[in-house]
Amino acid sequence: MNNNSQAIHLKKEILIRLVKAFFSENFPQNARLIPYDMRPKGSEVPYRCCIYKERAILKDRCIAGLGFAIEEDDETRLLSDYAQKALEREIPQNDPLTVLDAACKGCVPSRVYVTNLCQGCVARPCQSTCKFGAISIVDGKSVIDGTKCKNCKMCISACPYNAIVKLVVPCEDACPVGAIAKDENGHAKIDFDICINCGKCIDACPFAAVHEKSQIIDILRRIKEGKKVIAMIAPSIVGQFPGSIYQLKSAIKKAGFYDVYEVAQGADITSLNEAKEFAERMERGEKFMTTSCCAGYNQLIKKHMPEIKPYVSTTKTPLFYTAELVKNKVPDSITVFVSPCVAKRTEGMENPNIDFVMNYEELGALFVGRKIEILSCEEEKFDKESSKQGRNFGVTGGVAKAVQDASDKQDSIKPCIISGLNKDSIKQLKKMAKDGCNSDGCNLVEVMCCEGGCVRGNATINNSRSAYKVLNEFVENSPEIKEPKK
Amino acid sequence: MKEINVNVCLGTTCFVMGGTNLNELLEIVPKKYGDKVKVSGSPCLGLCSINWEYSKAPYVKVNNEVVAEATVEKVLNEIERQMTNEQ
Repeated sequence: MNNNSQAIHLKKEILIRLVKAFFSENFPQNARLIPYDMRPKGSEVPYRCCIYKERAILKDRCIAGLGFAIEEDDETRLLSDYAQKALEREIPQNDPLTVLDAACKGCVPSRVYVTNLCQGCVARPCQSTCKFGAISIVDGKSVIDGTKCKNCKMCISACPYNAIVKLVVPCEDACPVGAIAKDENGHAKIDFDICINCGKCIDACPFAAVHEKSQIIDILRRIKEGKKVIAMIAPSIVGQFPGSIYQLKSAIKKAGFYDVYEVAQGADITSLNEAKEFAERMERGEKFMTTSCCAGYNQLIKKHMPEIKPYVSTTKTPLFYTAELVKNKVPDSITVFVSPCVAKRTEGMENPNIDFVMNYEELGALFVGRKIEILSCEEEKFDKESSKQGRNFGVTGGVAKAVQDASDKQDSIKPCIISGLNKDSIKQLKKMAKDGCNSDGCNLVEVMCCEGGCVRGNATINNSRSAYKVLNEFVENSPEIKEPKK
Repeated sequence: MKEINVNVCLGTTCFVMGGTNLNELLEIVPKKYGDKVKVSGSPCLGLCSINWEYSKAPYVKVNNEVVAEATVEKVLNEIERQMTNEQ
């Protein structure tokens, strides 16, 4: 994925401006002016047909940044109203994603198409290879009848001129569960009944038309009110910001948070419990168990694959244990989970111990808006240092390895990994659930929705190669979860 | 020939606004230019508090020239430009 495209730059700029507006003397008014500040009278029109459309789209992006669904906007309400409403809101809106109608270009429908590179050859291999009789010759060139074409793509491979292409709608193509599709007007709509909130459509859309509904205003309001707002930072945060994680801790506190906890601490509890659960299941004669910490996977199970449930570990997520721990320690705290994940927003809504969820782009925007220089912050240690294994939870293979290292009988565990949920890996999981076993003899299946793990989550800031290097060094210098047996 | 100094800003704003890919310069530049061009990372250069603030971050300085909305390619072009002017 590319986390440095123009589109993402724009999204981050909106968040920074919202943060600055929030801390200004007149938040609603300054929020209303954001599209005009970004595209003042007479300024260049970089992307759209005219300055008015540019501003209209920026306004919609602000609506998402203020935490509301763009679909519900009737275009008459001012951004200042939305800002005011955001301040009065007690609970964030459901369904973390929203689609910006005016930015969605309404790409041409997904289909197989003969381009004008067609030479009108004599052999006509496209026509003879098509099993559905969808190709005819009009004015000497091939034409596909959309009502007959089954998108099998046989003609594409048959054409010696590479004249036939598959047109894709990037969001539809990226969605592993078919939850996003163009409506009758050609604009993308999300079906929230089947959406697993994996966020792959956000990444895929070249027009940046899919947004997360931000909870940043809700969080800032609590901070401003002097509440004990506590940040729980996901293991994948290491490498996402300049400086060390200990400098990051004091930077987050400087931004107004009361305290900071590593979710890796909860990951250690998950590993130990899951290792125990695994041993019990194997004793009962079960053939395999899958991990249960990935929120995208949990949504997939709930909405599309209930049949795999008996094989999914019932151990809670690292976030669950961390939030429980924080709420026990500081009962009047407001907890905020900080991660690169969209799906975790749903976990936050389902668990009363998690008050809000914030992603790395939003935290970055907060630092920029408040002019916090992480590299000049002091180092501040955590009360408890988390383990190497817990801190590696956000990397593909890290969870399975942690469960293995936490187990008393490491040799009994044969792990395998699903790195990234897509149509193929979902098929694979469905087969496992149906057969009740795994064909290649693996008994611990780690499932991560994002390819490569949380380090390649949707709202990451650093590119994965460079982030992984930093994270890996930190992990190597952390303590073991368990004394290795001598 | 005068030495060219490339300064990549590692401040929070530049990092958050897309400066992370510029790390590649630390590898590419020495390979391409040897010791004719010096490249280093630097704490906040303060550029985000002048003109366009964060909206044109990340920033890189090639000698005294500021490259706004910097990409690896833009910085390499600026190095080439200065080298040609020098000759």
